[in-house]
Amino acid sequence: MTVEVEHLAFAYDEKPVLTDVSFTAREGQFLSILGPNGAGKSTLFRCILGLQTKYTGSVRIGGTDTKTLSPREMAGLVAYIPQSSRPTFNYSVFDIVLMGASRKLSPFRAPSREDNERCRWALEKVGISHLAQRCFHRLSGGEQQLVMIARALMQDAPVLMMDEPTANLDYGNQLLVMRQAKALTKEGYTVIQTTHAPEQSYLFSDRILALSGGRIIQDGPPAEVLTGETVETLYGISVRVVSLENDKMRVCMPINII
Amino acid sequence: MRNRQKTEKDTPLGAEAAQRRHRAVLVILAAALILCLLLSFTLGRYPVPLRELLGILAAKLGLPVEPFWTRQMELAVWNIRLPRVLLSVLVGASLAAAGAGFQGVFQNPMASPDVLGASAGAGFGAALALLLDLSNSLVTLLAFGMSLLTVALVFLIGRYVKGDRLVGLVLSGIIIGSLCQSATSFIKLVADPTNKLPQITYWLMGSLSGASWRDVRLAVLPMLLGLALLLLSRWQINVLTMGDDEARSLGVNAPRVRARIILCSTLLTASAVSVSGMIGWVGLVIPHMMRRIAGSDYRYLMGASVLGGGIFLLAVDNLSRTVSESGIPIGILTAFIGAPFFIWLITGRVDHYDG
Repeated sequence: MTVEVEHLAFAYDEKPVLTDVSFTAREGQFLSILGPNGAGKSTLFRCILGLQTKYTGSVRIGGTDTKTLSPREMAGLVAYIPQSSRPTFNYSVFDIVLMGASRKLSPFRAPSREDNERCRWALEKVGISHLAQRCFHRLSGGEQQLVMIARALMQDAPVLMMDEPTANLDYGNQLLVMRQAKALTKEGYTVIQTTHAPEQSYLFSDRILALSGGRIIQDGPPAEVLTGETVETLYGISVRVVSLENDKMRVCMPINII
Repeated sequence: MRNRQKTEKDTPLGAEAAQRRHRAVLVILAAALILCLLLSFTLGRYPVPLRELLGILAAKLGLPVEPFWTRQMELAVWNIRLPRVLLSVLVGASLAAAGAGFQGVFQNPMASPDVLGASAGAGFGAALALLLDLSNSLVTLLAFGMSLLTVALVFLIGRYVKGDRLVGLVLSGIIIGSLCQSATSFIKLVADPTNKLPQITYWLMGSLSGASWRDVRLAVLPMLLGLALLLLSRWQINVLTMGDDEARSLGVNAPRVRARIILCSTLLTASAVSVSGMIGWVGLVIPHMMRRIAGSDYRYLMGASVLGGGIFLLAVDNLSRTVSESGIPIGILTAFIGAPFFIWLITGRVDHYDG
């Protein structure tokens, strides 16, 4: 499903956070939003998710303006995979994933046996069936992130929004989570992530959006966006971008440090 | 721990097994409550044997039973013991459910039914009514009304607090609650120390010793309504504990559901406090204890809290009737029992899953 953002602007206490942001994420696309701290990534994210509605411009998903949608309808289109979830109470992995069923339940109902089945399917799909009855608190960061992905699959929404999904993960888990997300785009899911890792977004994305000072400074395929110039504009650090393995991978080398 | 993990991994029905286990806990609790109810009549100054009790109850239900009990026994059962036992269960269940509801809504295991000032408001209302020499019914009604009014005021102020909505609510709850307590203290100061002050003090301590059918009739409807709505909202409370953003993106309108849960919990607290005075600890301790045996999932936790709260308060009230002639006010006993119990609870092992 397509996500279209048009002329989106948001100001906090008259201080502009986002200015004239427009882009389109198509079905099956892996879109990374790259930008330094304070660039407006989180705000953009919250606007798309409908958690922040005091913006001007429009966000349309599958052609529908999201401002006209109820939380329930919205949840049928977009699933949110938070960076880290720390539930106050001690839920099992199974129960957390089961929460993805909520949008289909009428207010006073609890999940049914069929929901249990779908929950097992979602756990199986991200390869964490063995964690089903474990306590969520006790999992590693990578496992928790996979649980969040399973919950999004349970939710059965065509667009997945991941907020810095690999920020707290070790190297192995970062790649595991990214590969999982990439595999989902092959099935038609649209994945939008915010990230602090230029190299990783190059490796996995179909498109990179470079956001700086609340504006999109570049939007295109990774090969066009991930250049020394862009990285320097974004982060204020001079880098040499080195291409490896027939340009399948690019590495940023900070010039002043090495 | 290793073993358990292994078996759960190997069982394809792990989730169903866990759900069955939790349901079994509810059945056991329900059985314990019934047992406790029956036992309650056999304790105290006029112990009524089980056979006579069942006979009296059957006769009251219109079954053709020849009386083999004394008239006095029948009056004791029907007019004194039964309303008190019912009220204990209702108040205990309400306070525990309200506590569980508030803990879920505020994502805070330290929340109790007093968190938004419901008890403090009720206390002020009752003290005022007693000062003005109003009738018993009016004391209850004024306590109930002030309790709701206090929470409404807290909710209103909370809306205007800058920053985090939940913290704002809790803060305004603390402010208004302590304001109510000061007002109550002022009333105690000006109240006639020979008759009214003891009355007020006694009311505030919380007691079920004067329980009558009138109290049951006044409280039962709002309590059943609140309990039913909380039980029906069990799954939405689960989702709400994930925080507003996550709940919303999962399709749950967090502010609306929270308002409903707060309303129900307040209704329960207000009705409980207005008929029994301030009975502390039940709303805090019981949900915690139930989390230990029924898990954190509100699908089971809410029901377990309702049953557990009923059992606990009934048991404590039985104890209070048994240990002394006049009966120690139950509010004091719940604190004496609740505090050490809570210490034991929070210093013990925590995790329910992963053995």
